[in-house]
Parts: sequence; C-alpha cells; structure tokens
Amino acid sequence: MIDPHLQHVPRLGRQPSRWRLAGTPVITVMLGSLVTALPVIAQSPVMPTFGLLLLLSWRLLRPELWRAWIGVPLGLFDDIASGQPIGSAMFLWTVMLIGVDAIEHRMVWRSYRQDWLIATAAIIFCIAGGVFFAQITGGGSIKPWLVAPQMLWTVLLFPFVVRQCARIDRWRVMA
Amino acid sequence: MARPTSRRPGHNRKAQYSLFASYVVAMTGAVVGLLLVAVAIFDPTGFSAIRIATAELTRPASVGLKNMVSGVSSVDEILASYWQAGSQNIALRKQVEADRNRIIEAKAVAQENIRLKKLLKLVEDDGSALLTARLIASSSTSTRRLARLNAGRWQGVRPGMPVRAPEGLIGRIHTTTPNTAEVLLLTDTSNIVPVRRANDSVPAISTGLGDGTLEVRALAAGRNPFKPGDLLVTSGIGGIYQPNIPVAVIVRIEGEIAYGVPLANPSKVDAVVVERSFEEVVTRSDPNVPVDAGAAANAIVPPGP
Repeated sequence: MIDPHLQHVPRLGRQPSRWRLAGTPVITVMLGSLVTALPVIAQSPVMPTFGLLLLLSWRLLRPELWRAWIGVPLGLFDDIASGQPIGSAMFLWTVMLIGVDAIEHRMVWRSYRQDWLIATAAIIFCIAGGVFFAQITGGGSIKPWLVAPQMLWTVLLFPFVVRQCARIDRWRVMA
Repeated sequence: MARPTSRRPGHNRKAQYSLFASYVVAMTGAVVGLLLVAVAIFDPTGFSAIRIATAELTRPASVGLKNMVSGVSSVDEILASYWQAGSQNIALRKQVEADRNRIIEAKAVAQENIRLKKLLKLVEDDGSALLTARLIASSSTSTRRLARLNAGRWQGVRPGMPVRAPEGLIGRIHTTTPNTAEVLLLTDTSNIVPVRRANDSVPAISTGLGDGTLEVRALAAGRNPFKPGDLLVTSGIGGIYQPNIPVAVIVRIEGEIAYGVPLANPSKVDAVVVERSFEEVVTRSDPNVPVDAGAAANAIVPPGP
C-alpha cells in the first residue's frame, strides 16, 4: 500500500506526461505575451516584452526543445495580444531563432554570459524591428529613442526570467 | 559548457531531412509574416478580426484586475510630487491667485452664454454621448498607443467614434469586437487631431509622439504663435470630434513645433464617454430624438491620417 501523499512526490523512473513536457514552455511564452491584458494604460512603451524574454530563455536553456518554426505560431499569438501589426513578431521571432541557431553553430564554448549576449542582440533586433513595422503600417513617425528604456530593462530582466524558466523546467521534467 | 550536440544530426539521413524541413517551414512562416505586415501597410485594421478571441477572453481578467489595482498606476506621480513639493507649492499658489480672477470672468461668460442661448433657442444637451465605459488594458509593450475599452459592437460602439473623459479628449475608436473596442489614444503617433487655441482660435494640428506628449503645429505659416500655458481645444473640423473638447496644454516651444501634454490622462480617468461622431450629431433631422441603433451603424468612418 502506497501512502497517498507519495503520489505527488517526484520519484525515479517516472515519466511526466507528454502534455506537460511539450505544453509547459508554450503556455509560459503565451502567458508572457498576455501581459498586455494587465489593466495598465501605458502612455509609452514601458512594459518589457515578456513573451520574447520567455521564448529566448527556453531556447537558450533547452536548445533541443524547439525547432526554429516555433517562432511562427508563438509570434502570431504575440501579435494578436500586443497590438503590433499582425505578422511583425511572426517574422521577427522566427528570423531571430534562425539567427540564434546560426550563432550556436559557430560558437564552440558557451556559458551564461554568452547566452545573455545572444539574448541582448535578439531583444534589440526584435524591438527595433517592431518599431520599424509599426512605423510602416500607419504608425506615423516614431522616434527610436522611445523604445530605448524598454530595450534596456528587457535586457536587464533576462537573467531573472531565465532563472524562473529553469525553475519551471525543473518542475516540468520531474514526474 | 561545450555547445550542444543535439542540433547536428551527423550521418543520419532522416534527421538531416527533418532539420532541413524545419528550416523550410520556419522561413515560409517568416515570409508569411512579412506578407501580413505588407497587407497591414495598406489596410491597418484588416486582420483585426482574429484579435476578437483574445480580446474577448482576456476581458474578464482585465476587468477584474482593474477593480483591484486602480490605485497603483498613480504611485509614480505621488513620488514625483514629493520630489518637487516646494517649488510646486509656490507655483500652485500663484496659479490659484490667477485662476480666481478667471473664475469670476468665466461665471460672467457662462451667464451671458445662457442668455444668448435662450435667444437662439439652442438645446444644451445635444445627445451626442453614447455610453460610459472603462479602459481596461492597453498595448503596453508596443510603440502603438491603443487602449482597450470595456464596451464594443453589441453596445453600439463603432469605429471612428470619439472617446473623451470629463478632463478632456482621450482618442477615438480604432477597431471593435463584440464586447471590447480598441481606442486609438490621443498620444498615438498616427492620431492627428485638428485643434485650436481656446482663447483666440488659432488653428493647429496635434499629432501624438508615442511617449505621452503631443506635437502641435500651427496651420498658419510664419512665427510659432504658441507659448507655454496655451490651452488647446478641438476645432470640430473633420467631423469626428465635437468642437471645444479640451485637448492639451502647451508646455514647450521649439522653433516651429510646440509640445503639449494631454489634459486627460487615460491611466487616471475612472470612466470615459464614447460619443457619436460630430458630423452624425449635427446632420440629424430632429435634435430631440435620440439616434437609434440603426443610425449608429451608419457612423462615419474617419478618413485615414
């Protein structure tokens, strides 16, 4: 007779469900994109792009988890939630993931600092690209320095988010 | 840490093809995204229909959270006011002295107005207000300034309707879903509002800057007629906004351009009023009969900027 309390304790030899393994990262990224549902009426683009941060964290933490095409559906969802023109994050995220693949292919040694550097480049690329797309789709003249603070604290937030991702990942792979 | 090996399929032909196929799918997806953006260049609200599901699904969450945290958004302002308490106190005292005289003048003007309106037999309430609702969320990560309104098509809200608060203009309706609507805020870089100076009707155009301020350009050529402290109100040109809704106050002058701050802060106002388009209100046959839903369906869609 097994103690019912032990049902929830992680044990060796148990496999977590496939849904938990594959679904957790996707759902966390989508929740990150949905941060715009918070009742904050922002006067300027101040909110860090949590969807992008979580995508990058999962990608750098678990390179084998996703192929580059995951940027298409997740980017589409981010566009729907964020108010950017539809297709903007779809394009930028996918291109960014392909770029991360290319960098990873060339880099021999990688550690946490290189990850942060890769994330910094990716964040700057995605936010600047988002500004460009918003500008050409009837956004008027948007000054580039308008997003500088957002870029800065999205980059500074990366170490924190990647830690939280690792914490979720530990729960994800434990049965 | 050495680089992960899982991405290199080695001599396994099947794995090589699978990796190649994933890149083909990714590139195709990226190109589709680019095409969607290209469509949005010509038709900015074209694919907004697919936003309906998320807008409707997140609405209850946003409304619930809004009820809990309505006070949090003003924390920064409270801190800032402590920072400048001394100088602000002196400035405010001067302001009060100046305002006292103006209030007396305004009272006289109001009385005169009532008298003149009686002469002209004008109705004070023109029935332009459609409904009152709350702003529940916004595009806080994007450079576009859109806020989500807790009322939509089923409540009679149509694209192009002006949105205002008691303090002043907020923006206009951009797109609608059954129960929510996106409001293009006054500070969005694509929102252009025809304004005039309140005291002498100098016409100007106000454009948002995306950071909570406005860029104001006078329509007349020559020297910049504005000075800090000037009050701007809508002029009614263009047929969207009622005339005389307060818009902004000028804070800074730089050559040809004046910079203004909106009088109504969307993050602080409790509720906003959706009005019918100005043109629709003035072209009605009888001002005493409220416009029915059928007329609202024919609301004038504003011309693009």
